[in-house]
Amino acid sequence: MLNIRDKGAEIWEGWNRPTRSTFVIGLIAVVMMLPYAGNFSFTNILNTPISSYQAVLVYPVGMFVLMALGLNIVVGKSGLLDLGYVAFFAIGAYTAAIMGTHFHWNTWECLPLGMALAMLSGVLLGLPTLRLRGDYLAIVTLGFGEIVRIVAVNNPSIGGPNGIANVPNPPKTLGVSFGLDHMESFFWVVVIMILLIIWMVRRFTARRPGRAWEAIRQDEDVAALMGVSTLKYKIWSFSIGAAIGGAAGVIFASKSMYVAPDMFSFNISVLILSCVVFGGMGNIWGVILGGTLLAYIPERIRFISNARQFVFGVALVLIMNIRPDGLLPRKKREKITKAGE
Amino acid sequence: MNFSVVLNQFWPLLISGLALGFIYVLISLGYTMVYGVLRLINFANSEIFMVGTFATVIVSRYFFHFDQNTDPLHGFRLFYTMGACLIASMLMSGVTAVMVELIAYRRLRAKGTNRLASLISAIGTSIMLQEGVRILTHSTPMSNPRLLRKFGAITIGDVNTPNNVVIRNDILLVIVFAAALFFAVDRFVSKTLLGKAIRAVSMSEETSRLMGINLNRVISATFLIGGFMTGAAAFLYETVYENTKYNVGFSIGLAAFTAAVLGGIGNLRGAFFGGLTLGLLEVFIAAVLGTQWKSVTVFVVLVLVLLFKPNGLFGEAVQQSRV
Repeated sequence: MLNIRDKGAEIWEGWNRPTRSTFVIGLIAVVMMLPYAGNFSFTNILNTPISSYQAVLVYPVGMFVLMALGLNIVVGKSGLLDLGYVAFFAIGAYTAAIMGTHFHWNTWECLPLGMALAMLSGVLLGLPTLRLRGDYLAIVTLGFGEIVRIVAVNNPSIGGPNGIANVPNPPKTLGVSFGLDHMESFFWVVVIMILLIIWMVRRFTARRPGRAWEAIRQDEDVAALMGVSTLKYKIWSFSIGAAIGGAAGVIFASKSMYVAPDMFSFNISVLILSCVVFGGMGNIWGVILGGTLLAYIPERIRFISNARQFVFGVALVLIMNIRPDGLLPRKKREKITKAGE
Repeated sequence: MNFSVVLNQFWPLLISGLALGFIYVLISLGYTMVYGVLRLINFANSEIFMVGTFATVIVSRYFFHFDQNTDPLHGFRLFYTMGACLIASMLMSGVTAVMVELIAYRRLRAKGTNRLASLISAIGTSIMLQEGVRILTHSTPMSNPRLLRKFGAITIGDVNTPNNVVIRNDILLVIVFAAALFFAVDRFVSKTLLGKAIRAVSMSEETSRLMGINLNRVISATFLIGGFMTGAAAFLYETVYENTKYNVGFSIGLAAFTAAVLGGIGNLRGAFFGGLTLGLLEVFIAAVLGTQWKSVTVFVVLVLVLLFKPNGLFGEAVQQSRV
């Protein structure tokens, strides 16, 4: 069977530096132009019925890819099953909403704060719970996701079940204006964030934290015996993932101008996790593909509106049965050893 | 904070907590048994429960043609109608559980892949079931006709004073029936050949296969038993709460899973104590802090328990009866 991931890596290896740079710049340019693809006759097949295509590109597609990349650090790189990732998204979104409406901070000022708060909550949650293994961690994070939502519902000071309306859009930055009729600029912000994360993750993977995560994922006991300080690196991975979720939340709140607890249900956590596993855990390109498909397809098939979630469920089961390692799985260790022989 | 409620309403709260707890016990068996043999969270168990509640409602509504205006039944007629509902619920849940195993787990297990792939395919099955039922029922809730006339079956204390304790007959039914079912499953797992096979598989899959145990059959049987228990819980739930919706399983499934973890997942008696603890906790906390904080406090308790006893309350203590 054709292995797209290996084939792609092979082609990439064969290129020299200028070719690579040209390809990357070209790819980024194509992606940046995507918001306009709905306007041309030869690409308008991408257009989503019912919901606005440009809005769909920001949320869910861009946001899901962003969050899936963040969750990929937690689940894919270090093998910690997090079922409450939406909590960090919610913390980021509520930070932007509260700071934006009460203190008139603009989005770029909220962004570091949202990330810091999400990171802090990641550390606070991680310190006691990351000592737990596997499924216990899953249930605790799941509980945390629900707790954040319920606290938001039951707190009248942050709008209770009605949420917070009139969250400000980002101000005009570098000549780019933001707003309901300028969805493409939100998309560009998300793409830039995704690029930064890809860069960050690639750096991490090649360096000490990446190797520590890989060791923890493969065998935690062995990693600890080899001198990897497992708790430290697990908390790092957890809180970096959290910070990315928080950043996504800030952008989401300022894009939709409205946050409500309902937006941060358990389903979102499950969907993001599905993006990661569906695309291929641990492999950035797989995760991006998974996030794009799982966010885009339900919107594209909205014409079967009533059954689209059902079709989504069927698709998840089918793909997992056909390709259990995801669409673009990470490199297998066996292949590396074979190459070494 | 309203602590006086606990003192004034102690017995009624205790009884409704027990009833809820026993329903949790049966559902968490579905989680804990599957976890025991597969080391996987059976994510679709909440949907198996949901299917069970619909089976009960559909049998009494469309098979026996009862509706909200029907008078409660008596005697033998009550017995066989409720029996039919119970059997339908258990069968539907059991069959659904086995189907979930076939669709979501079996092929992936044969390929020997990572656990998360099975988790996602279980989530996919869960979405399929929930959405399928949502489309079929047009997202409308369905109420269960009241077959059983509800009255205080047991009264402890003087009826004329406020300190008396009344146990309603449906609550009594839940407690007695669920306890009996739990006892039966516990005996089944520890005494019968199939039960021993289930326990062997949960201890070591490899070794039990070498000993000639048909792994697929044992795993299917585990799902079937878990499904039966979840179906029985669905029937009892309908008898007491008389309402269902396509997403009824979500919160209850979550609570039952928490109960299983609380008691030590993979451990039958742990599920029993976990379920009861969680039911009581939920009811008392709802009375003291208000219903809206119920699930938050439950999760906080869970985190605290896991912090000090990472294997759950009874994780290691009842090794003998590990599924």
